Amino acid sequence: MTSPDDLPDIDEARTDILAGYPPKIAKKRGKQLLVNTPGAEGGAREILANVRTSPGIITQRGCSYAGCKGVVLGPTRDIVNITHGPIGCGFYSWMTRRNQTEPETESDANFIPYCFSTDLTNDEIVFGGEKKLRAAIKEAYDLFKPKSIAIFSTCPVGLIGDDVHAVARDMKQQLGINVFGFSCEGYRGVSQSAGHHIANNGLFKHIVGRDDTKAEGEFQINLLGEYNIGGDAFELEEIFAECGITLVATFSGNSTIEQFERSHTADLNLVMCHRSINYVAEMMEKRFGIPWIKVNFVGAESTAKSLRKVAQYFDNEALTARVEEVIVRRMAEVAAARAEITPRTQGKLAMLFVGGSRAHHYQDLFSELGMRTVAAGYEFAHRDDYEGRKVLPDIKIDADSRSIEELKVEPDPERYRERRTPEQLKALAAADLPISAYEGMMPQMERESLVIDDVNHYETEKLIERFHPDVFCAGIKEKYVVEKTGTPCLQLHSYDYGGPFAGFGGAVEFYRTIDRMVNSPIRSLVTPPWLGASPTPGAAE
Amino acid sequence: MRKVAIYGKGGIGKSTTTQNTVAALAEMGKKVMVVGCDPKADSTRLLLGGLAQKTVLDTLRSEGEDVELDDILRPGYGKTLCTESGGPEPGVGCAGRGIITSINLLEQLGAYDADQNLDYVFYDVLGDVVCGGFAMPIREGKAQEIYIVCSGEMMAMYAANNICKGIVKFAEAGGVRLGGLICNSRNTDNEQQLIEELAKLLGTQMIHFVPRHNDVQRAEINKKTVIEWNPECTQADEYRALARAIDQNKLFVIPTPLAIEQLESLLIAYGLAA
Repeated sequence: MTSPDDLPDIDEARTDILAGYPPKIAKKRGKQLLVNTPGAEGGAREILANVRTSPGIITQRGCSYAGCKGVVLGPTRDIVNITHGPIGCGFYSWMTRRNQTEPETESDANFIPYCFSTDLTNDEIVFGGEKKLRAAIKEAYDLFKPKSIAIFSTCPVGLIGDDVHAVARDMKQQLGINVFGFSCEGYRGVSQSAGHHIANNGLFKHIVGRDDTKAEGEFQINLLGEYNIGGDAFELEEIFAECGITLVATFSGNSTIEQFERSHTADLNLVMCHRSINYVAEMMEKRFGIPWIKVNFVGAESTAKSLRKVAQYFDNEALTARVEEVIVRRMAEVAAARAEITPRTQGKLAMLFVGGSRAHHYQDLFSELGMRTVAAGYEFAHRDDYEGRKVLPDIKIDADSRSIEELKVEPDPERYRERRTPEQLKALAAADLPISAYEGMMPQMERESLVIDDVNHYETEKLIERFHPDVFCAGIKEKYVVEKTGTPCLQLHSYDYGGPFAGFGGAVEFYRTIDRMVNSPIRSLVTPPWLGASPTPGAAE
Repeated sequence: MRKVAIYGKGGIGKSTTTQNTVAALAEMGKKVMVVGCDPKADSTRLLLGGLAQKTVLDTLRSEGEDVELDDILRPGYGKTLCTESGGPEPGVGCAGRGIITSINLLEQLGAYDADQNLDYVFYDVLGDVVCGGFAMPIREGKAQEIYIVCSGEMMAMYAANNICKGIVKFAEAGGVRLGGLICNSRNTDNEQQLIEELAKLLGTQMIHFVPRHNDVQRAEINKKTVIEWNPECTQADEYRALARAIDQNKLFVIPTPLAIEQLESLLIAYGLAA
């Protein structure tokens, strides 16, 4: 067990990491690798984020296509998602994120197990791929009769100039279903973040607001930025149902296109993953008048807090009573698990390098286990995800960001409906429920911790060497490099084979998962072959 | 076998110059293959007496992998061998990638093999070196010598200078060299002296000055090179002279491209600003 006093000096650790770089890179990484100083005089430090990764660095980042197709649109079950490109992009993005979905009936469409690709070959690169794309759309339509088809552009499509949007328009007219395209070529922007933005624009342009059918229920919300990894969304759906809150649409875990089309009829948007979906939240606020609040359903305490925010917004006694009842009941099981496990996890160290929100959210779960997050950072976040949305006016818009379209959104003349008057919103903010606000990760993170944007493999190795964390959370590209050092690595993109980790039940599942990982004696029982002692098991003499 | 690529600004007369020069070489008894690298597929029209029936890429598309050399090589004037890379319609796909594909296919099919007994391969390339695909003929030693067709017009000289930058880039890796500038006259002021001076500054030579003559136009209407259409005309002798100069050329250099200011002051020096 490590008490904070036993921790290696944090400033020294930072200096040591930066010393391994050539001067120019050290200068840049220095701005992306900070010692956290929340509440310091003159405000928290400014972090450099959402900038290009220097060549030669092994980054965790993904591409724009991954962000658009893989993250935001992928989890919706009844849109046929066609990857327009050579086969690799489609194949290697096939079900790798473990987004779960559950059609209501057996006959309901579910295309998530499928992988659709136009399989572009040299011929189409030379002569253009539009014909093949049309044929693919037609074929998918004939086979599956989906309500909607989406097209995702991979790198070569942008280079050869296929007009996927024109093809989508034509086919939409021809087939009479919603067909839309995304110019999410992998090379656009500096990370998958560009793809999220492109996806958000597409959702808003082509889907949201197409169906005014209003759901039943007094308290109607959308849940934004919850992708149902390992069944997270199922947990939350259950909680909302117990509380009597109507979930109109989730963007986009366990979702259907119909839910998106009706989402503008809800009265409140809850934003989980701020980075990947805040654009939709903002645009819905401007066009339809739906306020959004930042929530976090990762961690039992955070779940309770987020549910109370919803109750506070709707300001209804019966709802508040139900929410409290659910919290009390569900917290009882959580408390039992926590009491059992925490003595074994207390004081252990965690590191979190994942996503554009997860590195923040999961700190709550670790603190519930008495564990300290000594270093954390995002792969593709922007400054507002670290420092809070108050810095938005100061964020420099560079050429990479400028290349992503910024939709101009006006209030809808017919369907804009003020959910809360400006006075009401002000009152809510005064009562500690700020609207359209996010504080970011840094103010909530402990002092004497490292905040690292776009961490890389070199830094990962240095951090493990110096701090010996008990668990390291990242993705598949990091997992085995980390585990080679004898440090358990939990994949927080896919939850390995486990989950859910959201809500109350998810919190208990997380406690048990972490307990198994940090307390398993497995690594002390095995001497790896490169240390020489034991021969490879099963190897012939 | 000498591998020659002809570059130059669009519309400067690359295809006409190439085919007439090739016709003159053929007349001298040389065995020449012409590879048209323009998606329009009109680089061998004068040698074939009409547009090639089927391009390499069209054949590849319709026949799949089952392509024979005979499917894509057509005999032209003076036992020349003609082929057109072909490519997409304007505004679609990637013509550069098309050129890469068809040159690779020609190589695989043995178009350059010793048993073809070729003395020369000529690549007639579309316009400027706009992207990687159009640089294909000068990459990896596919072409060893480059001739740039230009005239005394500012933009033609500008393009020539730009192409030289492309050559420099590949010269060290692939061993390609500049053989000279071919001036295809537009009757601008002091044209010959100007191009000679430009050639000198680029570290090369003006290998021939081809005067402007309407016989070229007349022969083209008849889908023929000047040499085939009227072997006795003076313009035919000009192309014969150019062919001889290329055949006997010994000056192969890595060019020294000019800064744009240098290029402009050159034009002023030759009185074009007056």
